[in-house]
Amino acid sequence: MTKKAERIFVKGNEAIARGALAAKCRCFFGYPITPQNDIPEFMSSEMIKAGGDFVQAESEVAAANMLLGAGATGVRAMTSSSSPGLSLKQEAISYMAGSEVPAVVVNMNRGGPGLGDIGPAQGDYYQSTRGGGHGDYRHFTFGPGTVQEAYDLTIRAFDIAFEHRTPVLILGDAILGQMKEPITPWEPEDVDENGGRDWAITGRDGGRDKRLIKSLFLAEGELAEQNKHLQAKYDAWTDLAECEQFETEDADLIICAYGSIGRIAKTAVRKFRKDGKKVGLFRPITLYPFPSAELKALAEQGKRFLTIEHNLGQMLDDVRLAIRTVTDSDFYPIYPGNLPTPDELEEPILKCLEGK
Amino acid sequence: MSDTHEKIVFQKPESVIDRPTHYCPGCHHGVAHRLIGELLDEMNLAEKTLMTTSIGCSVFLYNYLNVDAVEAPHGRAPAVATGVKRSRPDHFVFTYQGDGDLASIGMAEIMHAANRGEKICVVFVNNTVYGMTGGQMAPTTLIGQTTTTTPAGRCQTHEGAPIRMTEIIASLGGVAFAARGSLDCVKNIRQAKKYLKKAFEFQLNNTGFGFVELLSACPTNWKMTPLQANERIQKEMIPYYPLGVYKDVSEEGGVC
Ligand SMILES: Cc1ncc(C[n+]2csc(CCOP(=O)(O)OP(=O)(O)O)c2C)c(N)n1
Ligand code: SF4
Repeated sequence: MTKKAERIFVKGNEAIARGALAAKCRCFFGYPITPQNDIPEFMSSEMIKAGGDFVQAESEVAAANMLLGAGATGVRAMTSSSSPGLSLKQEAISYMAGSEVPAVVVNMNRGGPGLGDIGPAQGDYYQSTRGGGHGDYRHFTFGPGTVQEAYDLTIRAFDIAFEHRTPVLILGDAILGQMKEPITPWEPEDVDENGGRDWAITGRDGGRDKRLIKSLFLAEGELAEQNKHLQAKYDAWTDLAECEQFETEDADLIICAYGSIGRIAKTAVRKFRKDGKKVGLFRPITLYPFPSAELKALAEQGKRFLTIEHNLGQMLDDVRLAIRTVTDSDFYPIYPGNLPTPDELEEPILKCLEGK
Repeated sequence: MSDTHEKIVFQKPESVIDRPTHYCPGCHHGVAHRLIGELLDEMNLAEKTLMTTSIGCSVFLYNYLNVDAVEAPHGRAPAVATGVKRSRPDHFVFTYQGDGDLASIGMAEIMHAANRGEKICVVFVNNTVYGMTGGQMAPTTLIGQTTTTTPAGRCQTHEGAPIRMTEIIASLGGVAFAARGSLDCVKNIRQAKKYLKKAFEFQLNNTGFGFVELLSACPTNWKMTPLQANERIQKEMIPYYPLGVYKDVSEEGGVC
C-alpha cells in the first residue's frame, strides 16, 4: 500500500466514496435518500473523471439491479443508500448472493421502522448480518467506527467482494456519514481489475464457451448443492472476523458496541479508566462474520458484559451466542430518535460495574 | 439419388444451441429465439453479446442461445442491462421479456431505461397472459379475454384497459427505434426480423434505445390449438395492437 502524505478533512460519506475510487470502483448506481446523499453527489462528478460511469437510477430497486448487471461483468461497482432504500435493494442483493455476483453496498443506517427519521440508528443490524432478502444467505458486513476506517474498509470491501464473489455491506449511520474528520487517503497498489476473469460475462471473445450468471437451480439436488457451496463459503469467513479491543485486558466489565456507538462508548471507557474503574471496550469491526472467538475468550477470563446499541437489542443476540456457554450480557438500548453522548452511557455502565 | 440437385437451404443458426425445446407446441418464444439467433450470426455479434434474461417461460433463453448471459429478477432486466452496458459499453446488450415481466412488475425499469436512452435493445414478447405461472391476467390481456384471474373476462372498469407498450415507449425521448411485429405467419415473422435488425443496428451505431414488441401465441393458456392461436393473433390482437414502426430516428432525421 502507498501512503499519500497529504491529509484531508472529509465527511464519512465522502471518505467512503473516495475509498471506492481508490479501490478502482468504476460504476456507481444511486438514488437520493438522507443521510447518504453526499456519496452519489460526489460520485456524479468524480466517477466520470475517473473514467467510470454514474447513473442516478429511478429507484433503489433499479439501482441495486444495475449493480447486479455491472458486477456480473466483473467490473468493480457500488451503490449506497439508507434504511428504507436498503429494504428495496434487498431483492437484488438476494439475487447477487444466489448468483455470486461481487459488489459493494453501503447503508448509512437511519431510524426506523418504516419512514422513521433521518437521524442515526443501528436498527438495520439484523437486516445486514442475517441476509435481509429472501433465501439462505449472509452478507459480509463491515461496521466502521471512524471516518478513516470508513475509507479503509471500503477498499477492503471490494477485495473481499471479488475474492469471495459476494455482495459486501458497509453499515454506517448518520453520525459517521455526516461527521468530518481528517483522514490519510491511500491507494492500494495491487487492485486486480481483472478479478472476474474466470467467471464474469465479458462476451465469448475468442470463441470460448458461454458463461451464465444465474440464481435459478431447478434440477433435482442442484439448489441443495448451491446452498451447500454458499454455506461453506460463509463458514470460511470466520477466519476474517475482526474486532478492536480497548482496555480489555484487566477489565472487569466489557462494553460491546460497534460503529458510532462503539466510538462513543470508547470515550466513556476512557473516562472510567481515568477514575480507576476497570472497564474495557469490545468493538466488532466485521459484524458478519461476528468475532465470536475473541469475545468468548474474554468470557472465559471471567469478565462481565454490557451490550450497548442504538437499537432495541440486535447485536445482543450475537454477543449472547458467542458467550452463551460461559455467561450472559446485560443490555442498554439507545432508542432510535435520540443522539447519545458519552455522558449518557456512564450511568448504565456504572450500574453494571457495581453489579446492580 | 442425384448428387447435383440437393442444396441445404435451412439450418440451425450457429448461435442457437441444439437441444430439445421446453416450450409448448405452437408457442412463439422459440420463433423469437430463432430470429435473434439468426441475427447474432448474420451480424457477427455472438462473441460481443451480453444477454439479460428475465422471468417467465423464457427464463431459459440462456439454454438456447450460445452467448454470455445474466439472469435478472422479475421485471428488472432493463436495470440489469443498464448495469451491464454501462460497465461494458463496447458490448452488444439486449433483454428479452414477457408482458407480465415488462409491463407489470417491470414498468418503472422499462420506462426509465428507455427514457435515459440506454444503448440496449429490448425484445418484448406479448402473449397477453402470464404463461409460466399458469395463465393469469397480464397488463396486455384484451378486454373480454378469460384468464385464471379474470374468469368472467377482463373488464375495463374493473381491471383497466390493455396497455399498448410500443406506443408508450415510442413517446419517450431516449428511444431510437420502436416497432411492433407479430410471429403468427411467415410474412409477419420476416417483418419482425427486419425490426429486430434495425433495433440491433441502432445500438451498434450508439444511437439510442431499441424496442421491438412481438405479438406471440400462448396456445396452452389460451386453451387453443396452435392454428387457432395464430388466428386469434390476426383477428383479435393485431386490431388492438397494430403492427408497424412507431419510432425510427433515422427516418425522422433525429438523433437521440
Ligand atoms: C418477484 C416475483 N414475483 C412473481 C414471480 C412469479 N412469476 C414467474 S413468471 C411470472 C409471469 C411471467 O409472465 P410473462 O412475463 O407474461 O411471461 P410468459 O411466461 O408469458 O412468457 C410471474 C408472475 C417471480 N418469479 N418473481
Ligand atoms: S405456457 Fe405459453 S408462453 Fe409458456 S411455453 Fe407454453 S405456450 Fe409458451
